[in-house]
Amino acid sequence: MKSFGYTISKGRVIDYDANDHRLENLVLAAEPTLALCIACGCCAATCTAAQHTGFSLRRINVSLRRGETDIIRQEISGCMLCGKCTILCPRGVSTRNIVFTVRKHLSLLDNNAV
Amino acid sequence: MRSDLFILPFNLGLWFILLYCIARCVVWFRDLSRTDKLRLQRGFFGKAFGQSLREIFMESLLHRKIFRVNPVLGYMHMSLAFGWFLLILFGTIEADLLGDRHLNPPHKAIFFRFYNPGPAGSGLKLFFSFLMDFILAFILSGLLIAVVKRFIPKAVGMKKTTTHTVTDRLALASLWLIFPARLMAESFTSATDGGGSFLTGNLGQMLATAFPSQNLAMPFWWLYSLALGTFFILLPRTRYLHIPVELFLIFMRNSGITTGDRHGSYADVEIHSCSSCGVCLNSCQMAINAGVTNIQPVYLNKSLRENGEANGVAFNCLMCGRCEEVCPVGIETTAVRMIQRREEPAARDMTGIWKGFIRTRQAAARAHAEPETKQAYRFLKAAEAGKADVAFFAGCMTHLTPGVIRSMETLFGEAGIKYTFIDRERGVCCGRPLMLAGKEKEARELINHNSRLIWASGAKTVVTPCPICYKVFSESYYLEAEVMHHSQFINRLIEREKLNLRFTGEPVVWHDPCELGRGSGVYDEPRQVLSHVTRLKTAPGQEEMGLCCGGSLGNLSLPAAARRKISAAAAASLASSGAATLVTGCPMCKKTFNPVSEIPVKDIAEVVTAAIYDRKAGVEVVKTDTVECNSYGS
Repeated sequence: MKSFGYTISKGRVIDYDANDHRLENLVLAAEPTLALCIACGCCAATCTAAQHTGFSLRRINVSLRRGETDIIRQEISGCMLCGKCTILCPRGVSTRNIVFTVRKHLSLLDNNAV
Repeated sequence: MRSDLFILPFNLGLWFILLYCIARCVVWFRDLSRTDKLRLQRGFFGKAFGQSLREIFMESLLHRKIFRVNPVLGYMHMSLAFGWFLLILFGTIEADLLGDRHLNPPHKAIFFRFYNPGPAGSGLKLFFSFLMDFILAFILSGLLIAVVKRFIPKAVGMKKTTTHTVTDRLALASLWLIFPARLMAESFTSATDGGGSFLTGNLGQMLATAFPSQNLAMPFWWLYSLALGTFFILLPRTRYLHIPVELFLIFMRNSGITTGDRHGSYADVEIHSCSSCGVCLNSCQMAINAGVTNIQPVYLNKSLRENGEANGVAFNCLMCGRCEEVCPVGIETTAVRMIQRREEPAARDMTGIWKGFIRTRQAAARAHAEPETKQAYRFLKAAEAGKADVAFFAGCMTHLTPGVIRSMETLFGEAGIKYTFIDRERGVCCGRPLMLAGKEKEARELINHNSRLIWASGAKTVVTPCPICYKVFSESYYLEAEVMHHSQFINRLIEREKLNLRFTGEPVVWHDPCELGRGSGVYDEPRQVLSHVTRLKTAPGQEEMGLCCGGSLGNLSLPAAARRKISAAAAASLASSGAATLVTGCPMCKKTFNPVSEIPVKDIAEVVTAAIYDRKAGVEVVKTDTVECNSYGS
C-alpha cells in the first residue's frame, strides 16, 4: 500500500472486504425489520442493560451492518430482552427479535451449523 | 344366508384401533412421573372416577362447552358423538335382545339389519326399528351441518375453519360416508326384505321404484364396512385420534395431573386430544385483527402430532391466553406452547406418532442432561437495598411511564407508608421476558439477583405496578414477602382507610392486562378501586376474555403494523363502553394503547392519585401529569 504519510488508528478501520457478512444476511432474512433501523439510538437510550454494561443495540445494528462479528459476540449477551426498546422504536423494528436471532445464529455460526 | 365377507374391513379396523389405543395408553402411563402415576391410580379408583365419567358424558358426548360457544357447532358435534354412541349402545342392546343369541361380537350389532332382515312385526322389534332410524336421522342432521361448515364456515357462525392435510381429508371423507352408507344399505335391505321404520323403510320403498334394490344392498353394506374400517385405520394419523385420547385426558386431569414445564405424557396426551375444532382460531386476536391464521393452538398441536416439532409456530404468539379460556377440550394451550419455547426442537424425545413407540433413549438423555453452567449476566453485582416494610419494584416498563412512578410515590406519601424503591436506578429486568422467550436459565440469574435485593430490604410486602413482574414474582421467585400488584395494594389502602379520596364520577373502563387477569387471576381488586373513585363501565372483551393490548412481550416477531391493528381494535372495543378514560394496570399496555386509543389512557394509580382530596383545604391537591415521551408509531 502506498503511504501518504497519514496515520490511522486500527480501531477505526472498517474493512468491508475482510469482514464477515454472513450474520447480517442471516438476521436480515429472519427479521427483515432490521433494514428499517436509522440508528437513532432510542433503543440505547432506554436500555435496561446499558445501565450495567456497554450494551447498545444501536451499536449492535451498526456492527451487524459492517460485519464486525467479534464486537457483536462480546456485547450481545448483555441484553435481558425486557422489550423497552421495541416499544420505543420509532421505526417499528422488532428489536427483541433481532437480539434473539443474533444470539441464535451466532451460536449456529460458531458451531459451524450454517 | 348371503355372504358376510364384507365385515372384514370393519373388524380389521376395529381390532387395529383397539390395540393401538391400548398400546398408546400403556406407553403414556409408563412415561408418567412416579407421583403422576400414583395420582392417576388414586384418581381412577377414587372420587375422581365419577367426576371423570360425568365429564366424559357432558363434554365428549354432549359437547356442552362447544354448545356454550356456538350452539350450531355444539349440535353438530353432539349429534355425531352422542348419536354415534347411542347407535352403538342401542345397536348392541337390540342385537342382544332380538338377535340369534346373547353377547354378540360387535359386527352383529353394527350390521344388525343385514343379519336380521325382514319386517319388524310388533312390540319391541318395532320400537327398536324406530329408535335406530331416529338416531340415524339425528346423526345425519349433524352431518349435514358438518358438510355445510366445511364449505361455508360463515353459515354456522365460524369466521375461520381449520385447514386439512390429505390424510385428514381421506379420514373426513370416510367419516362422512359411514352414515349415508348405512342409510342406503339399510334402506335397500328393507326394500328387499321388508322392515325398516320411518326413515329406512320409506326411503327403501321409494328407491325400490327406481333401482334394483336386491343388487344394490350388498355394495352399500361393503361401502359401510369399508368406510368404518378406513376411518379406524386412519384414525391414529389424523385429528380424530382425539376421540379416544380425550377420554384418557379427562381421567388424567381429574386425577390432578397438570402440564408442567417439560414435555411429558400429559402434554403429549393434550396435543393428541386436540380435536381441531377451531374455536381457538375464533378467539385469537392475531387471527381476528392481524390476519395471522397459522399459529393458533390447533396448528401448533397438529404440527407437533405430525412432525414432532413446532415448526417455528411456537414463538409467533402473544401468549395472551384467550384460546385457553375457550378451548372445549380444556387443553392448557399456553403451557404446551411454553414447553416448545423452552426446548430445542431436537430435544423432544417423542417424535411423531409411529416413532413415538421407539423412543431414542440416548436423545432423551442428551436433552435432559445438565445444561452448561456459564453465567450469562456476569455484570450483576450484589447491590444494596434500603430497609423498609414495603418494597416497591417498578420494573422496566414502568420506567417508560414516569407518571405511574410519581403517582405511586404520591400514594405512598399520602398513606404514610415507608417504602424502599428497589429499582430506582440500575434496576434489573424481572426475568419474565426471558422466560417467555424460552430462556429459563438466563431468567433464573435475574430472578436470583432481584430476589437477593428484596430479601436484603427485609420487606414484608412487594408492590409492583407491572403485571409482567407481578406474575413472575408470585410464580417463580422465592420470597417470604407478600407480592402485590399496585391495584391490590391501593385497594388495601382504601379498605384500611389510609387514603382520603373523593368520588370523581368520571366514566372509566378497565382493561384487564393479560398477565394480571388470565395470567394471575386478579380481576376484582382493580374494579373495587375504580368503583370507589369513578363510575366503572363495562365493555366487550373483559375479565376472562380480556383483550390483549397487542404490545405483548410473548411475541418476538409480530411486525409493528400487525400489533397496531390488534391494539386499535382492542382500544376501540373498550372505548365502545362510552367511558371517558381507558384505565389499565400495566405500563406496557398503557404505552401500547396511548397512540391508538380515541380516549385518554391512564394507569389505575394515576386515576386514584387524581382523586386524592385534602379535607382541610377542601380542594384537589395533586394532579397527575401524564405527558410522556411516546413512540411515534409506524
